[in-house]
Amino acid sequence: METVIEVKNLDLGYDGFPVLRGIDFSVKKGEVFVIMGGSGCGKSTLLKAMIGLNPPQKGEILYGGVDFWKADEQRRQEMMRRFGVLYQGGALWSSLTLQENVALPLQMYSSLSAPQIQDLAILKLGLVGLGAYADFYPVELSGGMKKRAGLARAIALDPDIIFFDEPSAGLDPLSSRALDDLILELRDNLGATIVVVTHELASIFAIADNSLLLDADSGGAIAQGSPGNLLTGSKDPRVTGFLTRGEKRS
Amino acid sequence: MPDKIVFDYSKEGLVRVELSGDWRITAGCPLAEEAFSRISSRGGISGAELSVSPGFKWDSAFVSFLIQLEHLLKEKKIALSVTGLPEHAQKLFLIAQHPQIAHGGHREGPKEPFFDIVGGGILRTKYAFLSVLEFLGEIVISFNRLFRGRAFFRKDDFFLIVQRCGIDALGLVSLITLLVGVILAFIGAIQLRMFGAQIYIADIVGIAMVRVMGAVMTAVLMSGRTGASFAAELGIMQSNEEIDALKTLGVSPVEFLVVPRILALAVMMPLLTLYADLMGIIGGFVISTAILGLNPVEYINHTLSAVSLTNLWLGLIHSFVFGLIISVSGCYRGLKCERSSAGVGEATTSAVVTAITYIVIATAVITFVCQIIGV
Repeated sequence: METVIEVKNLDLGYDGFPVLRGIDFSVKKGEVFVIMGGSGCGKSTLLKAMIGLNPPQKGEILYGGVDFWKADEQRRQEMMRRFGVLYQGGALWSSLTLQENVALPLQMYSSLSAPQIQDLAILKLGLVGLGAYADFYPVELSGGMKKRAGLARAIALDPDIIFFDEPSAGLDPLSSRALDDLILELRDNLGATIVVVTHELASIFAIADNSLLLDADSGGAIAQGSPGNLLTGSKDPRVTGFLTRGEKRS
Repeated sequence: MPDKIVFDYSKEGLVRVELSGDWRITAGCPLAEEAFSRISSRGGISGAELSVSPGFKWDSAFVSFLIQLEHLLKEKKIALSVTGLPEHAQKLFLIAQHPQIAHGGHREGPKEPFFDIVGGGILRTKYAFLSVLEFLGEIVISFNRLFRGRAFFRKDDFFLIVQRCGIDALGLVSLITLLVGVILAFIGAIQLRMFGAQIYIADIVGIAMVRVMGAVMTAVLMSGRTGASFAAELGIMQSNEEIDALKTLGVSPVEFLVVPRILALAVMMPLLTLYADLMGIIGGFVISTAILGLNPVEYINHTLSAVSLTNLWLGLIHSFVFGLIISVSGCYRGLKCERSSAGVGEATTSAVVTAITYIVIATAVITFVCQIIGV
């Protein structure tokens, strides 16, 4: 399968303070790749570097073989247009209705007619189960609905890669499960590659084809592979400990 | 469009439509109306069969095209067959048939009758009035608790607010009130020069600044600066559920957040106004002596004799009332803010507009009362 993301020898940090060192991994097309780890291990820092919010201190992030951070501004913007990002709280624009939230990226980056954009926005809302809420404002929605609406906006431009930052955070188990199913459906229906940052074990086992486990103490990745294989095959107590909620450490 | 769609009418009653090329969002999609007009241009067509040629590229923009085309064909009772399309496109098109999506997903409801709108407006006004009364009542209760030493009140917060709405505002107040003094002097000079009574510029500037202008100008500045900041701060606290956290802790938000703000502004406004009065008089003095050629000593003497203690007290009363208006408006709008960033913006604007409106009304009322009692 074609490799769409390659991360090579990546160092990340803030103001010279190191957070992660020597991160290497790759993500294949159509794969659900989970970046997991305990709180404060640098998951979100890694995500921010991957979506263009924080430059790395060293190393490369390649999309389709092109170094994201070494590309010129215009090229980087073009690459970012192929990303969809679902932020933790949905990050919807509160002064716009859900339909307007989803339509905005389409208005900015497509030459489609206004009725086409309107239909497309409602289709995307329908894909996340919010077809009946097109005229609602974010303030009128529950936390789970906001996340789904945020997802509808993230997939507005049919991105090649969709990034999820803690999609299950703040959701009840059923909503969390529904969102996991939605992630898999989107992967199947839109053919997108999915990168998820989370520490929710139920979600990790439900959706991940491949995963990377980060560790705060060592400031780097300690395991890579499918969560099932890591659970059965890893001899590292940190890996088995994380994947069994501390029940099994060897 | 013609390059992307080929129409084949060879079979009786059926149009075969072959799609090719790039139909993705970024490339743009042909309009469904154009395809529809070509399909329905010939009589006796009862079906349209879509297929794609090799290399056909699509995403959900293509599905949007299909939705529109099907909608148009349905009106002409022409069946649309999509079995020749890529499997995922068929699947997405099927999802789009869901009633919520197919019907546009808009809120539906009958148009509200006229009397409902009027009645709703009256009820909203009533509730808004009651809500203000409730807020004012809470303030009175909180101050009562404060004076009895029972209020939950952080002195550090109070001094921080005093600094922010007092010392930090000095620069802005200096600049504006100095210029107001300059403007008053110039306007006075134009009129008084005709009568050779330019020295009375000192009286005009002194009385105007001390009696009302110093307080009004300071109040307008403070409502834009501090009132808006109170509304935004409390509004963001409201959207972050910080106010809820206080309530569940059993702490009155009015006591904890509003009282220190009202107190700080009620104390600082008279002090800022005194300072503004002085700056305005200095502005008038500089212009009158340096440009209009008046004698400095004479100007100062005139100012001292014109500005009475009554004027000074009146100015201070104005400023105290304005301080209450600005802080109460800012805090009320902030606490009643909708839990969204747009709500915070509205609360801020509303706080400034409310404060300035009531400042003007209060000025008119105080002036009217002074007129009646002969002050």
